[in-house]
Amino acid sequence: MPDDSPLIRARGLVKRFGTFTAVDGIDFELRRGEAFGFLGPNGAGKSSTMRMIGCVSPPTAGELTILGLDSVRDGAAIRARLGVVPQEDTLDVELTVRENLYVYGRYFGLPRAVISERAAALLDFVQLADRAGDQVEPLSGGMKRRLTIARSLINAPDILLLDEPTTGLDPQARHVVWDRLFRLKRQGVTLVLTTHYMDEAEQLCDRLVVMDGGRIAAQGTPRGLIGEYSTPEVLELRFDPADHDAAADKLTAVPATRREVLADRILLYVPDGDATLAQVRALGLDPLTSLVRRSTLEDVFLRLTGRQLGE
Amino acid sequence: MSERVAGRALPLRVLPVTALAGATRALGGGGGRHLIERHARVYRRTWLVLASGVAEPLFYLFSIGIGIGKLVGSVKVGGATVPYTTFVAPALLATSSMNGAIFDSTFNVFFRLKYAKLYDAVLATPMRSGDVALGEIGWALIRGALYACAFLVVMLAMGLLRSPWSAAALPAALLTGFAFAAAGMAATTFMRSWQDFEYVTLVSVPLFLFSATFYPLSVYPRAVQILVQCTPLYQAVALMRGLVLGAGGPALLWHVAYLLIMGAAGLYVAGRRVSRLLLT
Ligand SMILES: Nc1ncnc2c1ncn2[C@@H]1O[C@H](COP(=O)(O)OP(=O)(O)O)[C@@H](O)[C@H]1O
Ligand SMILES: [Mg+2]
Repeated sequence: MPDDSPLIRARGLVKRFGTFTAVDGIDFELRRGEAFGFLGPNGAGKSSTMRMIGCVSPPTAGELTILGLDSVRDGAAIRARLGVVPQEDTLDVELTVRENLYVYGRYFGLPRAVISERAAALLDFVQLADRAGDQVEPLSGGMKRRLTIARSLINAPDILLLDEPTTGLDPQARHVVWDRLFRLKRQGVTLVLTTHYMDEAEQLCDRLVVMDGGRIAAQGTPRGLIGEYSTPEVLELRFDPADHDAAADKLTAVPATRREVLADRILLYVPDGDATLAQVRALGLDPLTSLVRRSTLEDVFLRLTGRQLGE
Repeated sequence: MSERVAGRALPLRVLPVTALAGATRALGGGGGRHLIERHARVYRRTWLVLASGVAEPLFYLFSIGIGIGKLVGSVKVGGATVPYTTFVAPALLATSSMNGAIFDSTFNVFFRLKYAKLYDAVLATPMRSGDVALGEIGWALIRGALYACAFLVVMLAMGLLRSPWSAAALPAALLTGFAFAAAGMAATTFMRSWQDFEYVTLVSVPLFLFSATFYPLSVYPRAVQILVQCTPLYQAVALMRGLVLGAGGPALLWHVAYLLIMGAAGLYVAGRRVSRLLLT
């Protein structure tokens, strides 16, 4: 396979459950060495897409080629070269930490010696070497996630699939996972990840698609998407709930590229937030709090779907 | 022309082979040994379960075989008269093969399927649903072999192995285990909750009690005899008793065929259902 051909290529990919369409005809391509993300809220169809890529869920329609192979016909051959971190951990609680890696490696038919060597290195990598002989159940959520990541690397995969790698972890545990994923990225591992955290997408992904209701709303680099769908700065204003609506009306007098009136805040998309804030004050409005910040993918999502990612 | 002839002749010869190859490609099978390796690792730590599996059928043998045997004396079977212990021991062996296989392939498989998510993890690797089915049934057979060997050693020591055909008792026990493990696993894939396991008891207990296990089939009226003959444990008991007592002859092959077909059908259904349930 020539090196510049895409590692994953999806055309018109559809997944239906009965009459419900979870993935509604999506196209994307993934190149070697990139970190590619699916950003979208719960129910967007991210996991359904990941399961199709993982060859554990047959597409209802469309074309899905992975590593040059057909995802349905050559599922086992493809899975041999994938690493999978599913949304829900599927660690083997009847085995120890080390045995989890060992037995999983055997599922790939890897020789015992190879697995033992890799398992030791991987446990070091995810900082679980001192727990190697322990049972899995008492591990913290972050540790389980890291063990799942180590397990997914036992076959030295060409592509690593991570479905919401840090959902449900506390901030500190998230940062440890992020740090490990950064390292993998630097080592040149091709990553595909889903997330509903815009900071995760912004930090980890070279390129991403914004997914909503089973469709791709936009795709590009995090910077590119922000440049295309948002302004450099955002002014966030919070008013007394009693004044909220009146303030929103008055603010139409302030020039802004875009205005979003949320339940608790008003967002003004502008080139220069401080200058705009001065204009707001000049109108005689006195917000309870004001914040000038860079645009994020959250703003891109809001612009594309009219909803916030967390909703 | 020759191509057409070949095209017609070929399927006859090749079809079963290609169909089998196709089925293996879709469902797998060879990877089952890795699942067996996993179970062996887990059971190294829980050897007590294995010990109780060995002990239970022996308790039955001592209690019913020897205890009731003292009261009953001997039984007339197929023209010959044999001591009751000799009569009942092969049936207890067949029954324990059934019970062990059913336990492994129902409770344990259900837990791994619905709660431990073991097969979700397994199917993300190159392993396939057929590997899962074959691995589970293979594991049930390995445990079954262990129990049957222990039981046969005791039968040998007690002089209960009457015929040289007794050498085939172990394979017969494995065949029984295969048939029930495969059917049990297939049934398990249809279960929705632990409550559904009442059906397992509802089926296995009458089989245990009424399959000419404790008394000859001739006790029943003709109609009931036919009914009993259709059930799987009767087939296993008749096979085992025929081998151990040296009675039955080539007709025993019918029992072998019955159990083989039952196992093959169960294996196929189990593999397909695992796909249906998990590869959605
Ligand atoms: N096995 C299934 N059967 C029926 N509906 C499903 C199944 N899996 C997912 N869905 C539905 O498909 C939609 C997309 O789900 P999912 O792909 O899990 O989204 P996400 O991962 O982005 O949260 C949801 O509405 C979900 O309820
Ligand atoms: Mg999901």
